Amino acid sequence: MHIPDGFIDLRTSAAFAAVSTVAVAGAVKGARKQLSEQSAPLAGLTAVFIFAVQMLNFPVAAGTSGHLIGAALAMVLVGPYAATLALVVVLIIQAFLFADGGLTALGLSIFNMAVISVWVSFAVFMLLKKIFPKTKSWLVVATFISALISVPAAAVGFVIQYAIGANATFSVGAVLNAMVGTHILIGIGEAIISALTVSAVLASRSDLVFGWDKKNTTLEIRS
Amino acid sequence: MKISNRKFYASALLVSVLLAGGASFYASSSPDGLEKVAEDVGFIETAKDHTFGDFTLSDYGIAGLENARLSVGFAGLIGVVATALVAMGLFMLIRKKAPSKNQ
Repeated sequence: MHIPDGFIDLRTSAAFAAVSTVAVAGAVKGARKQLSEQSAPLAGLTAVFIFAVQMLNFPVAAGTSGHLIGAALAMVLVGPYAATLALVVVLIIQAFLFADGGLTALGLSIFNMAVISVWVSFAVFMLLKKIFPKTKSWLVVATFISALISVPAAAVGFVIQYAIGANATFSVGAVLNAMVGTHILIGIGEAIISALTVSAVLASRSDLVFGWDKKNTTLEIRS
Repeated sequence: MKISNRKFYASALLVSVLLAGGASFYASSSPDGLEKVAEDVGFIETAKDHTFGDFTLSDYGIAGLENARLSVGFAGLIGVVATALVAMGLFMLIRKKAPSKNQ
C-alpha cells in the first residue's frame, strides 16, 4: 500500500506529513520509556524481518498481489511505539533506496501503515487480551485477528486521504469498496504470517514478547 | 525450549537474509492492492514517476545485472543490511540504559 507521488495532492500530502511527524515524535518518546537493553535489539530485528517479508508479494485474487505490512506483528513483539518506529524505518529505506513509495507521499504512507495500522491493531489486541484466556494459543489468536483488521484499517486511511485530496475525480465510494474488499483478502495473508511469526517467538523466547505478560507463565502451570 | 539471545537473534537475521536474498525471487509480480484498485477505478493515471526511479536499486533490482535471481537477491541483501543499520542504530540510541551497568 505504498502510495506513489501524484495520487494525492501536495497540500494534503504536506498536512499528513505534519501529522505523521508529530506521531513519530510521540513514538520516540514512548519507545524511550518502553525499550530496554533486552527489547531494543528485538525492535531492530523486527524492522529487518518486516523489510524482508515485505518483499514477498503473495497472490490474493486474479491479477492482484499483497504483502505483509507488519504493523500488528511488530506491535505484539515490541509494543506500539517501537512498532511505529520500525515501520517508519522500513518505509524510509524503501522510498529512498528502492523507489518504492513516493517521496512526497511518504507522510501519507507513514500515517496509514506506521500509525493507523499499528494503533488500530493495538486497540483490537488489548481488547481481545481482556476477553481471551491468558494462554499462548489465545495470544496467537489475538495476533491473528488484530493483524487481519490492521490491513483494511490502513486501506481506510488511504481512502480518507483520497477523499480529502485526490488528484482524480472518481467517487470516494468506489475507492472505498475496492480498497476495503481487496485489503480484507490481503489481511488474511497478513494474519497468517503474523500469527506464525508470533508463535515461533513465543515458543523460543516468550520473555521477549511485549504482548505476553511474563507472570502468565506461572498461571499456566496451575491451569 | 528457551534459546540463548545470541542464537535467537542469529536465527532471526538468517531467516530475514534467506527471505530477502532468496525467496524474494519467487514473489508475485502482480500489482499490489492499491495499484490494482487504482487501475480498476481509474486513478492510476495520476501516479507520477518516482524521484529516484532511475536509481541503481529502484524496484528491488540492481540496474544492469541481467540475472533476475541475483539482481533481486542482492537488492534484498542490501535492504536487509541498510534496515539493520538504521533500525539498530535508532533503537540502541533511544532505549533506556540499564542503571550503572558498564557493558
